[in-house]
Amino acid sequence: MNILIFVLLSLLKVAVVTVIFLTAVAYTVLLERKLVGRIQNRWGPSRVGPFGLMQPLADGLKLFLKEDLMPDAVARPLFILAPIIALSCALISIGVIPFGENIRWHGVDMFQIADVNIGLLVILGVTSVGVYGIALSGWSSNNKYSLLGSLRSTAQMVSYELALGLSVIGVVLRTGSLRLRDIVNVQNTHGILSWNIFGGLQLIAFFIYLMAAFAETNRTPFDLPEAESELTAGYHTEYSSMKFAMFFMAEYANMINVGCVATLLFLGGWSSPFGNLFPAFGGAVVQALLPVFWFVAKVFCFLFLYVWVRGTLPRFRYDQLMGFGWKFLLPIAIANVMVSSLVLAFHG
Amino acid sequence: MDVPIAWYLILSAALFSIGVFAFLIKRNIITIFMSIELMLNAVNLAFVAFAHHWHQVSGQIFVFFVMVVAAAEAAVGLAIIISVYRSRETLNVDQINLMKL
Amino acid sequence: MHLALFVIFGLFCLGGALNLLLQRHPINSALSLIVVMSSLAVLYLLLGAEFLALAQIIVYSGAIMVLFVFVIMLLNAGEEEKTHGSRAAYLAGIPGVLALFCVLASTYVTLRTSFGQARLGNFIVTTEELSRVLFRNLLLPFEVTSILILVAILGAVVLARKEQ
Repeated sequence: MNILIFVLLSLLKVAVVTVIFLTAVAYTVLLERKLVGRIQNRWGPSRVGPFGLMQPLADGLKLFLKEDLMPDAVARPLFILAPIIALSCALISIGVIPFGENIRWHGVDMFQIADVNIGLLVILGVTSVGVYGIALSGWSSNNKYSLLGSLRSTAQMVSYELALGLSVIGVVLRTGSLRLRDIVNVQNTHGILSWNIFGGLQLIAFFIYLMAAFAETNRTPFDLPEAESELTAGYHTEYSSMKFAMFFMAEYANMINVGCVATLLFLGGWSSPFGNLFPAFGGAVVQALLPVFWFVAKVFCFLFLYVWVRGTLPRFRYDQLMGFGWKFLLPIAIANVMVSSLVLAFHG
Repeated sequence: MDVPIAWYLILSAALFSIGVFAFLIKRNIITIFMSIELMLNAVNLAFVAFAHHWHQVSGQIFVFFVMVVAAAEAAVGLAIIISVYRSRETLNVDQINLMKL
Repeated sequence: MHLALFVIFGLFCLGGALNLLLQRHPINSALSLIVVMSSLAVLYLLLGAEFLALAQIIVYSGAIMVLFVFVIMLLNAGEEEKTHGSRAAYLAGIPGVLALFCVLASTYVTLRTSFGQARLGNFIVTTEELSRVLFRNLLLPFEVTSILILVAILGAVVLARKEQ
């Protein structure tokens, strides 16, 4: 009987997290369109529902009802497989992300799907497999723009993965664990002062992570795989209807994932920026939900930054992109690892 | 249900044999290279199975070193393949039969 | 649970390896190899090697095979053609490989009682234990591999450089 409750609750948890995550993906698209609109001094979507809030629903319906075109010369199995790989890799990462205190109800961890010993590595691994979605879509489309886009994307993601991996090492050194809950627990003693970005002296690592993450998710200023002005739409030129929607959702889901990971690693996860400055208020439910609020607020700020950068910076040239990754980010990341480990060796 | 270690080892032997066979009959130099990677992976599985049997961590560390060597090998090997393709315009090993480029 | 997972992912491994053998297009072979490597990662997890399982995914599936796929796309490799060279390989290869497999498998089958059973959760190597052995007992080999990687980087750069 207990096992049955455990299984049912776990399934329910997975379903709820998935639904919330997908809704968040849809509304991130709206957030981006609204914000970019305001940055460019126009309104953005405002017709469907109050303030355009129903726009994601309308977009989803439109994409779902469009004709699903299958060009003649594509490699069919891979053409269908590619968006599935892209979306599923984007959705898997949320499974190991904790978004609240470890509160158990009937033995089920309420605010995390799976507490894995090596959660950080799981996220890095899933991200590194996600590149196949883009690589295969470009190859199977049998279109020169798609192929160029996916070649660029593959090279870019492999290059920036190095900087991304090295930037998190400082955090792991400070924690001594790859488990995401442990990483947050180290940071929640003195509020904002003990977050890794300040207390852990990982400010530089945070910026390396930020830039590498922008490149990993193919966002401006590193959106060369889908540079509209050179490659029409890059790797998803030949895709339409739901298959296109899957790529689109994967991109935004990856943005949210990166925001969650940055929050957990550098911004103290669900811990409050004020530490224990204020006495605990409200009942047990408020105290359980407050960390989730902080977590969501931090992720939201990160997404805002994403859109802000997109509205501000122009696109890099391809050689600049590679030079930046290999000649600038990578040496700084290595230097950061060395300095962090020296500091920890003498003070930790 | 427990699984006998021998089953893991037989799986690894099967993967290794398939790798050897692919290495012999494939004509595309990239596929041949991939069958070498398959053989390395089969050996890794045997290492991990033995590490489990003897409760020794060093068996797993050996897999680690194999991965490092495989990565280095892939970088150099693929660079060689690219430079061969530049001068010969083919990936068929039967047509790459001169030592001089 | 252990048995079911072993059977499922063992079959994935074998299927992927056979598909690598049977496919004529290198990109299909590369994809089947990725399936083999990812299923092997699950088998490593079953054997209690959690760090290794993720290293397998990150290094093999996420880096090495991406390089392979990248090179296949870059060189636009097509289907391989059959040539005379492969007939000799068939004639010598099939018996040789069968003999190899039979020798290995029969050794393992005769020794199966001394190998014993693999139990889920019986032997779990944490990242901490792994790194302790790696950085204390096996530090010298670890440092030597770094030289190997340096040499490999230099070699790859020299080989892939355009001729002036």
